[in-house]
Amino acid sequence: MHFTINGATHAVEPDIRASLLDVLREHLGLTGTKKGCDHGQCGACTVLVNGRRINACLTLAVMHQDDDILTIEGLGSAEHLHPLQAAFIKHDGYQCGYCTPGQICSAVGMLDEVAKGWPSHVSADLETVTLDGAEISERMSGNLCRCSAYPNIVDAIAEVAGAERA
Amino acid sequence: MSDFTMNADHPGLAMDRGVQGVLGAGLDRSEGALKVSGTARYGYEHLVEGEVAYGYLITAPAAKGKVTGIDTDAARALPDVLDIIVDDPRIPRQAAAFGPAHAGNDEIDHWDQVVGVAVATSFEAARAAAKAVRVHVAIEPGHFDTMADIDKASGPPKDSRLQDIAKGDIDAAMAQAAVTIDQVYTTPNHVHAAMEPHASVAIWEGDSLTLHSSLQILKVARPVLAKALGIADDKVRILSPYIGGGFGGKMLGPDAVLAAIAAQKLGRPVKIAMARRQLFHNVYRRTDTNQRIRLAATEDGKLLAVGHDSVVSQGPDGGFMEPVALGSISLYDAPVRHFSHKVVTLDMVMAGAVRAPGEAVGTLALETAMDEMAEALGRDPIDFRKLNEPKVDPMTGAPFSTRGLVACLDRGAEAFGWAKRSAQPGQVREGEWLIGMGVSAAVRINLLVDSEARVTLSPDGRARIETDMTDIGTGSYTILAQIAGEALGLPMERIDVILGDTDLPPGAGSGGSFGAASAGSSVALACEDIVATLAERMGAKAQDMTLKDGHAVAGNRRVPLAELVGDAPLVAMGKISQGSNARTFSQAAHGAQFAEVAVNAVTGEARVRRMLGVFEAGRILNAKLARSQAIGGMIWGIGYALMEEAVLDQRHGQFVNQDLGEYHVPSHADVPPLDVLFLEEIDTHANPIGVKGLGELSISGAGAAVTNAIYNACGVRVRDFPLTLDKILAGLPEM
Repeated sequence: MHFTINGATHAVEPDIRASLLDVLREHLGLTGTKKGCDHGQCGACTVLVNGRRINACLTLAVMHQDDDILTIEGLGSAEHLHPLQAAFIKHDGYQCGYCTPGQICSAVGMLDEVAKGWPSHVSADLETVTLDGAEISERMSGNLCRCSAYPNIVDAIAEVAGAERA
Repeated sequence: MSDFTMNADHPGLAMDRGVQGVLGAGLDRSEGALKVSGTARYGYEHLVEGEVAYGYLITAPAAKGKVTGIDTDAARALPDVLDIIVDDPRIPRQAAAFGPAHAGNDEIDHWDQVVGVAVATSFEAARAAAKAVRVHVAIEPGHFDTMADIDKASGPPKDSRLQDIAKGDIDAAMAQAAVTIDQVYTTPNHVHAAMEPHASVAIWEGDSLTLHSSLQILKVARPVLAKALGIADDKVRILSPYIGGGFGGKMLGPDAVLAAIAAQKLGRPVKIAMARRQLFHNVYRRTDTNQRIRLAATEDGKLLAVGHDSVVSQGPDGGFMEPVALGSISLYDAPVRHFSHKVVTLDMVMAGAVRAPGEAVGTLALETAMDEMAEALGRDPIDFRKLNEPKVDPMTGAPFSTRGLVACLDRGAEAFGWAKRSAQPGQVREGEWLIGMGVSAAVRINLLVDSEARVTLSPDGRARIETDMTDIGTGSYTILAQIAGEALGLPMERIDVILGDTDLPPGAGSGGSFGAASAGSSVALACEDIVATLAERMGAKAQDMTLKDGHAVAGNRRVPLAELVGDAPLVAMGKISQGSNARTFSQAAHGAQFAEVAVNAVTGEARVRRMLGVFEAGRILNAKLARSQAIGGMIWGIGYALMEEAVLDQRHGQFVNQDLGEYHVPSHADVPPLDVLFLEEIDTHANPIGVKGLGELSISGAGAAVTNAIYNACGVRVRDFPLTLDKILAGLPEM
C-alpha cells in the first residue's frame, strides 16, 4: 500500500495490527510523533491526515491507503521552523518536550477547524467563532502536558493565530 | 579539581563577578528547536544498528498469591515470536528506586506484577505474544485498605528522612487552649503520569551493556541496574539525553532490566516500552495519606501547638516513607510540636517519590487547617500566618538561611487583590457561580547533593560542559550554559552542554529539587579553575580580570580567550558536596499561593479562575524557565485539589482508573492564566551559586489555595481530597 508522508510517497507493507503511530515511529523512523498512552487519551501522537488532526495510535496504518499525512517533521525543521514551532520556543510552551510535537500538530489542525467556523463547547455563538484563550484551551484539551506548560502553549498559539489571550 | 564542601559559604565565584549578562536572563531553552521539530531523540528512539527485537512485559492478573504455572505454549506458537522469558531469576517485579526491586516471579505481591517479557521481531507480535501467555495464580486474600490495618502499622523506617518528633505535651496544649482545630484530612494514591512511558533499548557488546533509557538520576540507576543483572557497575553505560518527564518516577523501570536480560539472551538489541496501564501498577505511587492536624491557639491568634500525625501505606518491600510532615516541621512558631508517621503494609505496588514527597500532600492538610483556624479566630488567613512567623527554626533553633514567607504573602496579597476578598464565605455571586479567594503558604526543604562536572575551554574559544546530570524538562541544558557563560564571559552559542551519559562525571541527577543547585554549583566551581588559569596567563588577579564576549580584559589589555588557551584545551573539574551548612542553617524555599475559584451553586463544579504564586527560591537562573516550572507545579496543585485520584478496587487491589482517560490530570481547559512572581534572594548559605529548589516548591500549597478558595466561595469545607463536585454538592444548600 501507499501513502504520502510529509510530501513524499511511501510504499509500506504494515502488519495489519500496526497503528499508524507505530509504522511512523518504528518503520519509517519518524520518531517526532510520540507514544504517550497508545489509547487515544493523551494526544502526544497527534498527526494531520488529509488536513485533519487525529491520534495516530487510534488508527491502523492499513486504513490509510493514498492518504496525505503530515507529521511534525513535515511541518518544519530545527533550521526552518513553522511559526507555531517558533512560538512554542518563544513562549516556552513545553518543558520535557514529549507532548510538544502533538501539541503543535494539534494546534495546526485546530486553527483550521476555527477557520472553517466550527464551534466548540465554549463558543458563545454557533455561527461566528471568535478565537480567544478559552476557545484555545477548550479545543486543545485532547493534548495533555504533564509538565503543565498549558498557559504558555495557549500564549504561543494565540500569538500565531492573532487571538486575544484573555 | 575545584572541590568545595558546604562547611562554610563560598568566598565568591567568578560567576558573581561576571558581566556577560546571561545569568538569570529569560533565555529560550537551548534544545528548543530539537524538541519542537521532533528531532530530539528520547531513549526508546535511539537508532539501533542491526536488527532490534521488541519486548512487551507480561503481567499477572492478581494482587497476591503463588504462581502455580505460566503457560507460554500458545504465545511461543505465534508468528515472529523470538522468546518468552519467564524463567530468569532476575525478573524484577516492578520499578526500582534506590535499590533493585524484588526479583522472581514465583509469588505475586501486587496487582499486574511483572512476571516476564515476550520478545518478537515486531511490537505487534510481542504484544500479541504477551497477551497469549497465561499466568496461573493461586490467589490469596490481600490487604488493600490502609486504615483497616492501622493496628498493624509500624513507625518510620530507620533510614527514613523523617523520624517522629515531639516537643511538649500536645494533648495538654489542646485541652487547655482557647481555640483548637482537630481534623483529619485524607489524600488518595497519586501517580506520576509522565507523558513518556518508561522505555529502554538495551545493547550488549561482549559483557558490556549500553542502555538508552528515560532515567532521571543516572549515577543511582547505573549501580541499581548492574546489581539487578548481577554484573559490575563499570560494565553498564546508561544514556538519557532527553527524558519525557520524570517527577520522581524515572529511577529504573522493569523495562530496563528486562530489555537487558532479553538482549543478553537473544544476542541482539531489545527495546521495551511499558504500556500506560502497566505504569500504574508497576511504578511506585505516591501513597494515600490520612493526616490528623491539631492546632491550638490563644484567643488573639498565637499558636500554642502544631501537630501533624499521618498514616501512609507501603508495599511489602518497605523502604521509603512519604514524609508527610516534612514541610510542617519548621513552618510556624509554636512551643508545642508533634509530628509522627505510621506506615501500613499493603499488597500493592510500592509507594515512592512523586514530585515533592511530603510537602505536596502535607500542605493540603496543614494549610487547610490553618485556614480553618484563621476563621475560628476571626482573623485574616494572611495575618494569622504572619502572626506565627518564627524568627528561627522553631524545631531546632537554627537560623534560617533565608526566609521569605512573609514577604511572599505580602507581595502576593497586593498583586492578587486580596483586600477585595470577603472574609465571610458565599458572599460573591455571578449568576450560578459563587466566587471565592484562597491563600496558602508554600514550603519545600532545600537539598544539596554531591555533583561533579567537567568544563573544557577549547583552543577555538568554545566551552564544553560535561556531566551525567539530566534535563527532565527542568532546563538543565540551558541553565548550566548560563552559569558557565557568566563565569567565562561567553555568549550562549559558544557553549556546548553534554548531559545524560554515565561516561561523564557523575552529577546530581534530577530529583528533590536539588538538580540546579548541585549541578550548577559543580559547573561554577569548575569554571573557577579555568578563570584562575586565564588570569595567570593574563598576568592579573582573577578579581581584577573581566571576561566578556570571549575576551579577557585586565590592565590595558583585551585578549581573545582562544589566544590565552593556546594549543591545549583547558580542562577543569568541579565538585560540590553538602557540608555542615545543612545543619548550621535551617534551609527551605518558601512561597505564597493565591487562587480565585468559581463554584457552581447548582452542580458543585469548581473552576479555578486565576492563580498567583509568589516564590522565594534563592537566585533565579533563568526567569523564563523558572516561571514555567512554577506554573507547572501550581497546575499539579490544581490537579491534587480537584481531580487526581487513583481509585483502588478494594476487592482485587487494582486501580480501576489505570489510564489517562480515567486518572484525571489537569488538561488545557482546567487551567486559567497563571501569574508567578519571584522574590529573589541569593542564598549563599545553601550552595555556592545561591539557588534553591523550585520545581517542588511550586506544587506546595497550591492545592490548599484552591480548596481554601472553594470554602470562601461557597462555605463548604471538604477534607477528603480531591474536591470533586459530588463532595462539594453534598455541602451546598438545597436549591
